[in-house]
Amino acid sequence: MHPLRKQRLQIVVMIIAASAVATGLIIYMLGQNANYFYTPSQVLSGEAPEGTFIRAGGMVVEGSVRRDPNSLAVNFEVTDGSAILGIRYTGILPDLFAENEAAIAAGKLDQNRVLQASEVLAKHDEKYTPPEVAESMNAAYKAKQKQKRKADKL
Amino acid sequence: MTAELGHIALIIALCMAVFQTLVPMVGSFKGYQSWMRLGQTMAFGQFVFIALSFACLSMAFLNDDFSVAYVANNSNTLLPDRFKMSAVWGAHEGSLLLWALILAGWTAAVALFSRRMPLVFSARVLSVLGFIAVGFALFLLLTSNPFERILPVIPLEGGDLNPLLQDFGLIVHPPMLYMGYVGFSVPFAFAIAALIGGQFDSAWARWARPWINAAWMFLTVGICLGSWWAYYELGWGGWWFWDPVENASFMPWLIGTALMHSIAASEKRGVFRSWTLLLAIFTFSLSLLGTFLVRSGILTSVHAFASDPERGVFILAFLFVVVGGSLLLFALRGPQMRSSSDYQGWSRETMLMVNNVLLVSATAMILVGTLYPLLADVLDLGKISVGPPYFSFFFVPITTVLMLFLGFAGFTRWQWTDARLLLRKGVVPGLISLVLGLLLPALTVEQLSWSSYSLSAVLTLILVFWVITMSAEDLLLKVDGKMSNLKGLTGSYWGMLIAHAGLAICVLGVGLSASYDLQRDVRMVPGDHVDLGEYSFQFVGVKPADGPNFSAYRGQVLVTVGDQLITTLWPEKRNYKAAGQTMTEAAIDGKLTRDLYVSLGEPLGGNAWAIRVQVKPFVRCIWLGALMAGLGGLIAGNDKRYRRRKSRLTTASNVGGIRV
Repeated sequence: MHPLRKQRLQIVVMIIAASAVATGLIIYMLGQNANYFYTPSQVLSGEAPEGTFIRAGGMVVEGSVRRDPNSLAVNFEVTDGSAILGIRYTGILPDLFAENEAAIAAGKLDQNRVLQASEVLAKHDEKYTPPEVAESMNAAYKAKQKQKRKADKL
Repeated sequence: MTAELGHIALIIALCMAVFQTLVPMVGSFKGYQSWMRLGQTMAFGQFVFIALSFACLSMAFLNDDFSVAYVANNSNTLLPDRFKMSAVWGAHEGSLLLWALILAGWTAAVALFSRRMPLVFSARVLSVLGFIAVGFALFLLLTSNPFERILPVIPLEGGDLNPLLQDFGLIVHPPMLYMGYVGFSVPFAFAIAALIGGQFDSAWARWARPWINAAWMFLTVGICLGSWWAYYELGWGGWWFWDPVENASFMPWLIGTALMHSIAASEKRGVFRSWTLLLAIFTFSLSLLGTFLVRSGILTSVHAFASDPERGVFILAFLFVVVGGSLLLFALRGPQMRSSSDYQGWSRETMLMVNNVLLVSATAMILVGTLYPLLADVLDLGKISVGPPYFSFFFVPITTVLMLFLGFAGFTRWQWTDARLLLRKGVVPGLISLVLGLLLPALTVEQLSWSSYSLSAVLTLILVFWVITMSAEDLLLKVDGKMSNLKGLTGSYWGMLIAHAGLAICVLGVGLSASYDLQRDVRMVPGDHVDLGEYSFQFVGVKPADGPNFSAYRGQVLVTVGDQLITTLWPEKRNYKAAGQTMTEAAIDGKLTRDLYVSLGEPLGGNAWAIRVQVKPFVRCIWLGALMAGLGGLIAGNDKRYRRRKSRLTTASNVGGIRV
């Protein structure tokens, strides 16, 4: 082969190899670091995996927030209207965390289907509800309405 | 009346922008000089009317005119005047008006300095800028009118500006960031004009470079201020979250940096021409993408103020027209832009290419990580968020390689550099940085135990010393012991040196604060203390302390080393009256080598409070370095050679036929 062509071929092969490696790495790393969001109903129905890092959230159930008296550990529950998920967290809760407000927790599920959270996010201001939470609440609300209508028909 | 006046001014500005788009462009093809000159007049007029409109909105805020919906939602009578001013751009509608104002400002600046360029060219540049202005004015008027009234029932009191935004950081961060974002519309317009005219030479690059540097400088400072604001105002000591909105500003910065380097090769050697044009198009496209991501409310993010599909669709369509149109034009005209010279091996051209490959790869990686959750959502693959480890995994090695190559920046020559020469120059700095990098982290460890010997600190220090010593060596060799040589160095050279040193200092801050950061969340009652490294934090107690529009609890924390009192910190927990919103106001004792950072969590009953204490070594270097880099960009952009009114080259390459 002509030396110049050979050189060009080498460059092209190198570029293709490099982009293949880069694409592979990106896909692998995305898979490793993509944290899925689950609603409490999905978690309790067993859809969410145990022991992997996930996010879950909903409305904080009234009266469910219990602080440990001697440490920063806290337990609370969130609901999407149809199921209730227990969350355990150690640390400082965000400023806008409150009962009857939306919150998202990130962490791993233990054997008792309690989310051991390493991070808790609340909504950012008075108007803003995380879209995931709003959507799951809506879905749960619609499901309830449907059940009600069915019950009415019977 | 003020609001209506502002509204009308905005409409007049829109009309002027339409003229500015159409008339000069048509004129440039027909050769009508007067038509082409109209662009300038319209640009000034448009600026005046947008400024008038902006002034009207500001007046509405200062006068507490709650009949204007935007004012009623984002301000109240208790708000201090300076925050009433910054509230103008505190939410969606106003920040878009600021966008439009800044665009009009840049356009007017281009019109003012356009006499250095051939009329055909400047007419087309102004026309493209006019088109962007039409897009944003329409967007404002059709979907996000800040002057809309609430009638007939006018609220007596307004809502409130989000307390997070009631801060000096918000007064300056968005205008700076927008100056950068929007500033890149100028090189974009230059690129489009060059593609239309088929004229792309050294003169073009010399016209465009100061604009690119100026926009880049603003974007650098804007991102830096945003990060600083997040650090002290969000209250928990984080300064970068790989949040989609941060990524949205970081991507145009990276591509803008690549553009700044690639155009150097285009100017000096006539290479990478079509590539430079493509980068100019992409930089502004990414700025628009950033606007789309933030303003459409498509993201789960701190920054998404509004969610209104109508707005999202409008920007998406505009984005599609701008990006699609310019890429189509590029596909048609780009291949005509041929390189006029050759280079080999380890030339400066090759180095700049390495820089571009790295920066573009980093951008591609961030783009995928940012858009993947949106794509997954659209395709119903589940609700996903991509965590910071993804970004660090790619960004750390890319930065490492980038800094290794960056060391050689000053030594490379155009066309060809002897690789052995480069290696020889690298020996001494290489040894110095290896020794210092390996030793210094060991000195900070009291007993030399491998577990606390931080490898990330070693890597950071080696890279930082490498870049600094290499730059210093280059400077010393260039000066060669004679002060007269110092004067001979160009603004471009000083700019490069300062910007590269700034990057090194920024990396120093990032690396060391990540390696040696100490943090603890603790439950404390008055009298309790907690130790962090050599520092002891003692919690004295919490007292009420009220401000003009909030009530607060103020904690007192004494910091001691041994028996010596270092400082007293006063972290606050504020409750803003208007919306009843709670906020954490951290207390920081800052020094170049370390920050002490205390934030008050929530009351835990009794006298107990949740408290976060942090020691952050060298964290200030992050912003100091970024500001230095911005300064470097400014100095390089002010190089004398860009101010020469007209060189022979310009006239010789003036193929348009019409001269000023």
